[in-house]
Amino acid sequence: MARIELDLAHAYGPNPQRDEDYALLPLKMTFEDGGAYALLGPSGCGKTTLLNIVSGLVTPSQGGLSYDGRDVTRLTPQQRNIAQVFQFPVIYDTMTVAENLAFPLRNRGVPADRIKQRVGQVAEMLDMSGQLNLRAAGLAADAKQKISLGRGLVREDVSAVLFDEPLTVIDPHLKWQLRRKLKQIHHELKLTLIYVTHDQVEALTFAQQVVVMTRGKAVQIGTASELFERPRHTFVGNFIGSPGMNFLAACGAADGIEVAGRRLAAPKAALSGLGAFTLGVRPEYVRLAAPNEPGAVPGVVTQAQDIGTYWLVTASVGEGVDPSLLRARLSSEQTIPRVGETVWLSIVGEHTCYYVDEDLIA
Amino acid sequence: MELMLKGIEQRVGAQVHLYPLDLRLVPLAVTVLLGATQAGKTSLMRVMAGLDKPSAGQVLADGQDVTGVPVRQRNVAMVYQQFINYPSMTVADNIASPLRLRGAHTAAAIETRVAELAAKLHIEPFLKRLPSELSGGQQQRVALARALAKQAPLMLLDEPLVNLDYKLREELREELSALFASGESTVVYATTEPTEALLLGGYTAVLDAGELLQYGPTADVFHRPQSIRVARAFSDPPMNLVEGRAAANGVSLPSGLSLALRLPSVATDSAAAARTVGIRASSLRVQGRDGDLSLPGSVELAEISGSDTFVHVDTAIGEVVAQLPGVHVFTLGSPITLYLNPTQVFVFGERGELLVAPPEAHSVDVS
Amino acid sequence: MKPVNQKAWLLVVPVVLCVAFSAILPLMTVVNYSVQDIISPERRVFVGTEWFKAVMRDDDLIGALGRQMVFSLAVLAVEIPLGIALALAMPAKGWTSSAVLVLVAISLLIPWNVVGTIWQIYGRTDIGLMGAALAALGFDYSYTGNATHAWLTVLLMDVWHWTPLVALLCYAGLRAIPDAYYQAASIDGASKFAVFRYIQLPKLRGVLMIAVLLRFMDSFMIYTEPFVLTGGGPGNATTFLSQYLTQKAVGQFDLGPAAAFSLIYFLIILLLCFILYNWMQRVGTADKTEAGHG
Repeated sequence: MARIELDLAHAYGPNPQRDEDYALLPLKMTFEDGGAYALLGPSGCGKTTLLNIVSGLVTPSQGGLSYDGRDVTRLTPQQRNIAQVFQFPVIYDTMTVAENLAFPLRNRGVPADRIKQRVGQVAEMLDMSGQLNLRAAGLAADAKQKISLGRGLVREDVSAVLFDEPLTVIDPHLKWQLRRKLKQIHHELKLTLIYVTHDQVEALTFAQQVVVMTRGKAVQIGTASELFERPRHTFVGNFIGSPGMNFLAACGAADGIEVAGRRLAAPKAALSGLGAFTLGVRPEYVRLAAPNEPGAVPGVVTQAQDIGTYWLVTASVGEGVDPSLLRARLSSEQTIPRVGETVWLSIVGEHTCYYVDEDLIA
Repeated sequence: MELMLKGIEQRVGAQVHLYPLDLRLVPLAVTVLLGATQAGKTSLMRVMAGLDKPSAGQVLADGQDVTGVPVRQRNVAMVYQQFINYPSMTVADNIASPLRLRGAHTAAAIETRVAELAAKLHIEPFLKRLPSELSGGQQQRVALARALAKQAPLMLLDEPLVNLDYKLREELREELSALFASGESTVVYATTEPTEALLLGGYTAVLDAGELLQYGPTADVFHRPQSIRVARAFSDPPMNLVEGRAAANGVSLPSGLSLALRLPSVATDSAAAARTVGIRASSLRVQGRDGDLSLPGSVELAEISGSDTFVHVDTAIGEVVAQLPGVHVFTLGSPITLYLNPTQVFVFGERGELLVAPPEAHSVDVS
Repeated sequence: MKPVNQKAWLLVVPVVLCVAFSAILPLMTVVNYSVQDIISPERRVFVGTEWFKAVMRDDDLIGALGRQMVFSLAVLAVEIPLGIALALAMPAKGWTSSAVLVLVAISLLIPWNVVGTIWQIYGRTDIGLMGAALAALGFDYSYTGNATHAWLTVLLMDVWHWTPLVALLCYAGLRAIPDAYYQAASIDGASKFAVFRYIQLPKLRGVLMIAVLLRFMDSFMIYTEPFVLTGGGPGNATTFLSQYLTQKAVGQFDLGPAAAFSLIYFLIILLLCFILYNWMQRVGTADKTEAGHG
C-alpha cells in the first residue's frame, strides 16, 4: 500500500511546443494510500498512458513520480511492486487456478505452506475456492479476470493494484458481480487501487475519487456526487451522466437572463450582466412544470422513450428563435407527455450550472 | 423485406448452437437480438444472412424459400463488431463499392450517393483517407455507410458499438435510431446490453443458450417477461429473485414475511407450490407508503453512479439490490428499511413461467 | 431452392486435367505395376499381392526404413529445439529484425542439389573448410569412409538447410503473443525461463505442430541432398528410403517390387500425416473453445 505522488508531463516528441504535442499535459496529482481512484475519459485522452507511467511500463518525458516519498521514476514495474490487471485476461494456460495464484509467490521464494495459506485466502475472497484445481484455460472470461486479479492480491506487500479497462470482455450481468467484488476487496484490504475506464458507471461506482481526462488533460478530480452535481467543465457535464447534461445557449439581459427564446429571472445577480454564456442542466433535474412557471420554458415533445425504469422525453425548445433539444428524465409514475404535445420544462433551479467558455462560473 | 424463420435449428457436430425456433420479423422495423455472449445471436444472424445453412428448418424472404441460398445471392448488408472495411481503398471507394458491384449506376450518380451517405454519417472530411488513418468510431461509420449504400432490404448489425467507448456509443446509437427510422430496411441488431435494447425500441427477441425465449415489442418484453430466464436476461441491474411458496392470500416468503397478492391458480400445482418473486431494483424505495411491505436490513454496499445510487442490502429475504434515484450516502453496516409495493412484483410459477406482472402505467408507443 | 450456378465447374476442368495427367494417371500406373511381374515390356504376369509380401520381407528394405526413421527422429530432435532457440534470439523490431530475417532465410533459398554439393566440398579434408579444420585438429574425419561420420555430416547438412524454416515459423508465432503477457510475467517476477516455459512455449503449440509435421514429412522423403553428398555410402550406411526405392526402380528396373513399395511408402506417409493432422485439429479446437468462452 503506497501513497503515489505525480508531478510530470509526457510528450510524444523531444521538443513539445503546443498542447497537441503532449500525450499528458503537465499535471500534479496525489493518490492517497488505500484510496480507490478511477481515470475516466474517452479513447485517446491519455488515461492508459498515465496508468502505464504509474506502473512503470512507460517513463515520463518530463518530471517524475514517487511512492511513499521514494522516487520511482526509473524503476521497473517489478521493482515498484505493483500489480496490474489488463483488458483481456492474462493467465498461464498450462497451470491450474491454484498454480496461477501461487506463481508470483513461488518466484519470490516464499515457503510452500505460506503460499498455500495465502492462495486459500485470496481464493476465498474471490469466491473461487471450489475451482482451485481446475485448469485455468478452460474457465469463462470473468473467472479468468478474477485469477488475474488474484495474482495481484496474493502478494502481501503490493504497493498498488492497477486496472486497465478490466471489464471490457465481461457480460453486463457479470460486470455487476465483479464490480461488487472489487469494492468488497477494497473495503477489506484497503489497497491503493487505480482503475482506467471509459465507462462512467464503472468509474463512479468503483472509485472514491474520479479523475476525468480529455486530450491529455485532467479536467476535474472529485467524488461521484461532485462530478455529477457541479461539473467544473462542460466536458465533464456531458461525459458524466447518460444522457449527459443539456446545454442551452443563453445571455444576460436587463432584468434577468434570456435562454431558449424566453426571458427568465436571473437566478444569480451576476448573470444578468454577462454577455453570452451556457446554461447546463442535467436531464435528471429537468421537471415538468406548470405553464409560465418561473424558471420554466415551453417546448414541443419530439420523442418519448420507455427505458424500462424511467422515461426519456426529448423536447424542442426555443422554437423559431434558437431551437435546441432538451432532454428530461421522468419517473414512470408521472404522466408522460405524448409526442407533439407542448410542455413546460423547469430548467433553472439549484442544480443548474452556468458556464463561460466551457468553465464553470456559477 | 419480411423475413420468416421456421423450425430453424443449428447443430455443429455434437454442439447445439440453436434449438428449433420460429421467428417472424416485423418488416421495416428494428428487431433487437438480446442475449449474453454465446447465447446464439451471431449464429442466428448468420442463418438470416445466408452465411450458414441451418441444420434444419426454412428461411423465407418475402414468402420465397431462401434456405441454403448463399449470401452472395441474397440482398443483405452486414456490419460487424470489428470495424470491417477494405483496408486498401479510400473511404469514398469503400462506400462506393456495393454500388459499383451492382453496376447499375453511372459514376456521377455514385459520387452523389457517396457524398449523401458521408454527410448522413458525418464523415465528409475523411473521404480521401484510408480506414487505418481513422479512429474506431469513424471506421465504424464508414462500415455503416457502406452497408447503407447497398440499400439492402435486410440489414444486420452484430454488436456494432461494443468496441467504442460509451459516450461515442451513445452518440452513434442515437444516429443509428434516426437512420433506421428513415430507412427502408428491416434491421436486426444484436446486443448484450438490455439498456441498448430499450434505447433502440422496436422489437426484441430474447435469446438464451441457443433458445429463443420471447419476441415482441421491446417495452412489452421488458414489462412482461414470460419466464424467469427472460427476466434475468432483460434487466440491468439484475432483478432480485426470491424463492417463496404459494399461500392462501398470496406468496409466503422466507423468514415469515408474506406478500398479499391475487395470484392466478395453476391447476397442476400443489397448494404450496414453489413461487419465485421477482423484484426490480427500481421498485424498492426508502420511503414507505400505505400498503407497502417493509424489509428491514443492513447496508452491505452502496454504489453511486451519478444519477442513481445502487444499495445492496442484507434483508430477511436475502440480499437485494435497490436502485434509488439521486445521490444517497450510506455507511456500511448501517440499518436501513426498504419498502415494496406488493403490486410492483413479478411472480413466476414452479416451471419459471410468469404468473403476475406489475400493471403498466403507460401504454407503449411503438413509433 | 434456387439452383446454384454450375458454370463454376468449367473453371475447374483445366486443373482436373493437369492433376489427372501429372498425378492420378501415374498413380494408377504404379498400382498397375505393383500387381504385375514385368519380365519385359511385352511379357507381364499378374501376380496379385506377391510383390507386397516380398517387399515386407525384404531385409534391405527394412534396413532402409529403419535408417530413415532414425534419421527423421534425429532431425526433429535437433531442428525443433534449435529453431525455437534461434527464434527467441532474433530481434523483434526495427531494421535489425529485417536484416536478421533475410540472413536466416538464405539457406532456404539454395537449390537442394547445390546444398549437397556445398557440403560435399565443405567436408573434404583436402579443400573443404570443415574437413581441413577437423583434420588439422587431429580427427580422422572421412564422410566417405566412416559410416558415423557420414551420418553426422548428412544430419548437420539437413540442420543447416532446414532449421531456418522452424525458426521462421516460431518467430511468427512469437510475434503473435500480446505484450500484456510479458508485462504480467514481469510483474509476477517470473524468470526468463519461466516466461519461456509458461507463456511462450504453450502459445507456440500450434506453430510447432506445423513445424513438426512439415519437417517430419520432408525428412522422410529426403533424396537429393544425401544422394549428392554421400551417394548413399559408405556401403548403404546413408541409403534412406527414397534412394533405396529409386535404386530398385530405376537402377535395377525392378518395376513390380518398386511400385509395390512406392504404394506402401505413400501409405506410411499418409498415415503419419493423418495422425499428426488430427492431433493438430484437436489441439486447435481445444484452444478455440477456450478462446470462445472469453
